[in-house]
Amino acid sequence: MKYVPWSQDAARILLATLRDEEGPVLMALQLMQSEFGYVDKAAVELIANFFNKSRADVHGVLTFYHDLRTTPPTEHVIALCVAEACQAVGSRDLEQVVKEKFGDEVQNAYCFGNCALGPAVMVDGKLIGRANLKKISAARL
Amino acid sequence: MKVFVPGDSAAISVGANDVAAAITTIDPSIEIIRNGSRGALWLETLVEVETPSGRIAYGPVSAHDVSSLFEADFLHGGSHALYLGKTDEIAWLANQDRVTFARVGIIDPISLADYRAQGGLIGLQRALNLSPDEVIQTVTESGLRGRGGAGFPAGIKWKTVAQTVSEQKYICCNADEGDSGTFADRMLIEGDPFTLIEGMVIAAIAVGATKGFVYIRSEYPQAISTFQKAIDVARNNQVLGDGVLGSAHAFDIQIRVGAGSYVCGEETAMLESIEGKRGVVRAKPPLPAIEGLFGKPTVINNVLTLSTVPMILADGADAYKARGVGRSLGTQVFQLAGNIARGGIVETAFGITLNELVNTYGGGTLTGRPLRAVQIGGPLGAYFSTAQFETSMDYESLIAAGGMLGHGGVVVFDDSVDLAVQAKFAMEFCAIESCGKCTPCRIGSTRGAETIDLIIQGVRVDENKKLLLDLCEVMTDGSLCAMGGLTPLPVKSAMINFPSDFTGVRT
Repeated sequence: MKYVPWSQDAARILLATLRDEEGPVLMALQLMQSEFGYVDKAAVELIANFFNKSRADVHGVLTFYHDLRTTPPTEHVIALCVAEACQAVGSRDLEQVVKEKFGDEVQNAYCFGNCALGPAVMVDGKLIGRANLKKISAARL
Repeated sequence: MKVFVPGDSAAISVGANDVAAAITTIDPSIEIIRNGSRGALWLETLVEVETPSGRIAYGPVSAHDVSSLFEADFLHGGSHALYLGKTDEIAWLANQDRVTFARVGIIDPISLADYRAQGGLIGLQRALNLSPDEVIQTVTESGLRGRGGAGFPAGIKWKTVAQTVSEQKYICCNADEGDSGTFADRMLIEGDPFTLIEGMVIAAIAVGATKGFVYIRSEYPQAISTFQKAIDVARNNQVLGDGVLGSAHAFDIQIRVGAGSYVCGEETAMLESIEGKRGVVRAKPPLPAIEGLFGKPTVINNVLTLSTVPMILADGADAYKARGVGRSLGTQVFQLAGNIARGGIVETAFGITLNELVNTYGGGTLTGRPLRAVQIGGPLGAYFSTAQFETSMDYESLIAAGGMLGHGGVVVFDDSVDLAVQAKFAMEFCAIESCGKCTPCRIGSTRGAETIDLIIQGVRVDENKKLLLDLCEVMTDGSLCAMGGLTPLPVKSAMINFPSDFTGVRT
């Protein structure tokens, strides 16, 4: 996944697009992450000032949601579903071999809505059904 | 020449895009429609060809089958190893009663012309000719209940919002389909998004709302992009905007995207999240129908609830309530998932048995091993054993059997499953996803996982089982919402229905 390097100026331009939104803080954090790959520490104060919230409010939202991250992501991200329907078709075993091979790139996820064709894995935003190590490795290229 | 290759994300996950590309490479003149999925997911990628005698299906097709399909003249319904005959005559599909899913897989999802040609917008047109009270009356009479899991009568909820005086009211659609084993909301949004839009507009007219939000989880990128396209088309064709279908009603819809929090599927946590805050559950009362989004009266309904409304308005309340059993009227969109041979969407009247669903439709396990357990209704639903397979699938019968219908997901496990491990996972999941507001859920879930771990290790098993049941009682009675309140359901049902997994002796 390709992201733009973090910059305050670029962030301000993006935040301006949310000026008329009702309840913009979560949207603002998501926008930072989709542009820069993560939410930089400096973005917390920027968002707070921009939308007239406290830094505590913004920090609270940032730390509540599993999706939001405060450090840049790995070059590839492998999100592996370990919820019940995928467990039923061996996602726990798959988790072990995938983590052994790809380490930090692998994160656990809970359901991609592909529960009849599990195990489901999302590699760099691309959903894979009936996933195995071979398919994951191919999608990662 | 029209060929249908599903653009549903489940189909894409097993290669539908590659199949479409392979067809185009061989013959670029073929018009490929990226329809939704018919719901027979084990047949994906299901390729269909339009012929004078109807649509002919082939499946499951992979990219490397495409050249042999051309050799077999599939464009004219030629015979091939993957030939399935007329799509409408595939028994698995033909035996269903598609109401909410009537158009999914048949139309081009973002073609309003297709939508109209298949009966779309008739319900909204009828609603515009009725008074708001009459619209609510029709929905109430149909018996439609909330498909998100709680099963609350939709018409009653709408009436409360309609009767609450306010300058601003909202329609919020809950598309935060976080339950493992459920995918009907996603497939409907990807396959027939205008049905949801139409249902939301009807709700808005009935209660006097002008703005709607659809809260879609971030795990569903394809649903988000399809729905945004549908909103744009609807705005350009006066289905949304200042004058809905030329009437005086104004209504618009905005998508809000979730951020990976399961508890945001709880309706008040969802409201907090749409407001841009931490997804912390609110205490009730006040009901969202009276003080909901931004403190204003708000209709909150699931995708399937709202998407069923257009049909009810078009065909009448009687047509809908003629289906089903007891107080569970109409159809339910069941989702067959997990270790199942023929998984997918089965929409049928309430009252089908678990056995018919899992064995007749589902064909047993995918692995071919004996089926041992079925979890119904997501991570907060009960584990059933095969001894309970004659249970009727409706709201009341499932409660009587110690479970709940939830969002209609049915997850199948073979005999390799260990129910003590599953029970522990239920507690762990609750610990990960708890919003943290109430103590029974926040702390109880962690203590629960620890206690089950001791049982698994064989430490003071009887004593710990008693302790676990006591903890379950505290969580059930003392939690603020269904997250902590229903986590004991999978745990206790696993203990009751599979006692041999809780003896502390691993086999």
